[in-house]
Amino acid sequence: MTDTLLDVENLRVSFPTPAGRVDVVKGLTFTLGRERLGIVGESGSGKSMTGRAILRLIRSPGRQVADKLMFDGDDLQALSERAMRKVRGARISMIMQDPKFSLNPVMTIGDQIAEALKTHERIARKDIAARVIEMLEAVRINDPARVVKMYPHEVSGGMGQRIMIAMMLIPQPDLLIADEPTSALDVSVQAQVLDLIDELVKNKGMGLILISHDLNLVARYCDRILVMHAGEVVESCDARDLHKATHPYTRGLLAAVPQMEETRDELPVLDRTAWSGT
Amino acid sequence: MSAISLKNLDISYGTTKVVQGVNIEVAEGESFALVGESGSGKSTVLKAIAGLAPDWTGEISLLGAPRGHKVDHDFATRCQMVFQDPYGSLHPRKSVDTVLSEPLMIHGLGNRNARVIDMLAAVGLDQRFRFRFPHQMSGGQRQRVAIARALMLEPKVMLLDEPTSALDVSVQAEILNLLKRLRREQGLTYLMVTHNLPVVSFMCDRMAVMNKGRVVEIAPATALHDGSFTDPYTQTLYAASGGNPKYKETL
Repeated sequence: MTDTLLDVENLRVSFPTPAGRVDVVKGLTFTLGRERLGIVGESGSGKSMTGRAILRLIRSPGRQVADKLMFDGDDLQALSERAMRKVRGARISMIMQDPKFSLNPVMTIGDQIAEALKTHERIARKDIAARVIEMLEAVRINDPARVVKMYPHEVSGGMGQRIMIAMMLIPQPDLLIADEPTSALDVSVQAQVLDLIDELVKNKGMGLILISHDLNLVARYCDRILVMHAGEVVESCDARDLHKATHPYTRGLLAAVPQMEETRDELPVLDRTAWSGT
Repeated sequence: MSAISLKNLDISYGTTKVVQGVNIEVAEGESFALVGESGSGKSTVLKAIAGLAPDWTGEISLLGAPRGHKVDHDFATRCQMVFQDPYGSLHPRKSVDTVLSEPLMIHGLGNRNARVIDMLAAVGLDQRFRFRFPHQMSGGQRQRVAIARALMLEPKVMLLDEPTSALDVSVQAEILNLLKRLRREQGLTYLMVTHNLPVVSFMCDRMAVMNKGRVVEIAPATALHDGSFTDPYTQTLYAASGGNPKYKETL
């Protein structure tokens, strides 16, 4: 149980529609050690649902089933809702896409981070402030003493996302799920935020699941990549070997990305009939 | 004659000056990019040209004619803008048909039915989308509608504010191809704001790099191939976008 952090077998997530239940994640199987796994795919490919399902955050009427959903020796499916709450945040935490919507607008940043800490740890009040400031320093926020008193609307997107990261990492989780952590940010800030996640993950020996639609970004920051399409993994490879990917869908996605040294007159567009059975 | 000419353009929001001393000449038929990080003032330049940020000084001229500070009826027929977020820029309770007919009605143009049908075909949307509402379409389809709306008045100049940053890579490729084809077919001039340098490499001829409200460098898009930028800020931006040798090794 030491090297496998997360073991998922045949994970299915379904939602009801007028035409019966539709599986949005169709039998996903993967294991994760203390490494960086990237999940890529287009919108609607089920990548975010996979992330949420690991934390059992699929709300009714959605339903999730798996043959196996083991985290660090615990069967997540067997845990009560109460026990699950102890896992969320403390042992597995998740960074959402847009800091604008995931921070509480009427609470100061210091209070929000302190809340994350108080929920999961018993800690003396005087130590809380010190830990919060220390964490903000770790995510490279200048002048943390000033920032703890600010409200989310007073900070920029990049800073907001770093605050989210601080909040998610302060209980020292074993696994971090980052669901498009930088899609709402600029390229220059994007690199900073990802470098930061990368560094923290490496130093603390955490596992990371990076969910994104940006193939190049995932190739840059992950060890292993799962490419998802319509709820299924179409390809799984080492990040280094991404350019050798064989599945037509992966190839199509790769080709559709404009290159820095672009000479093509037209970008190839995914031919959606090439790989679908129907 | 240049399509867009900006001379000593300063733009303020209230008492804050957000853009200072911008000089840009965009030739007719050219595709020009404004790049920089958020807050660098690149979108504000577009807004000033479109008349959405009226507090500017300096000179803005379009196809040789200077632009005033007021709402300009004729200006709209020559220059149109496409916004970043197709989820936000289309009216949720107006059908595609209404959205596309509106500019024609405002400008008193006839033959609306045929024009709408032609335009849908030109942006690659099936006719069945004509009476749909924005919530019945995907992001890529909505952005096609937004582009169609901008093209209804047959403008010569298009202002594109991050037209693909809200879209997936595969859909982005479709929209970029569409924009490129439209430019070729209709002889349009593009002024495009983006922070995605590979998109510039694909779409544009020249680029201006903005930082803190100033243009720090104007370079040809081919500079993206070898990174031959002179300004240190541009080099940082180039490196952050993956344009450095270390990154290429990993690919």
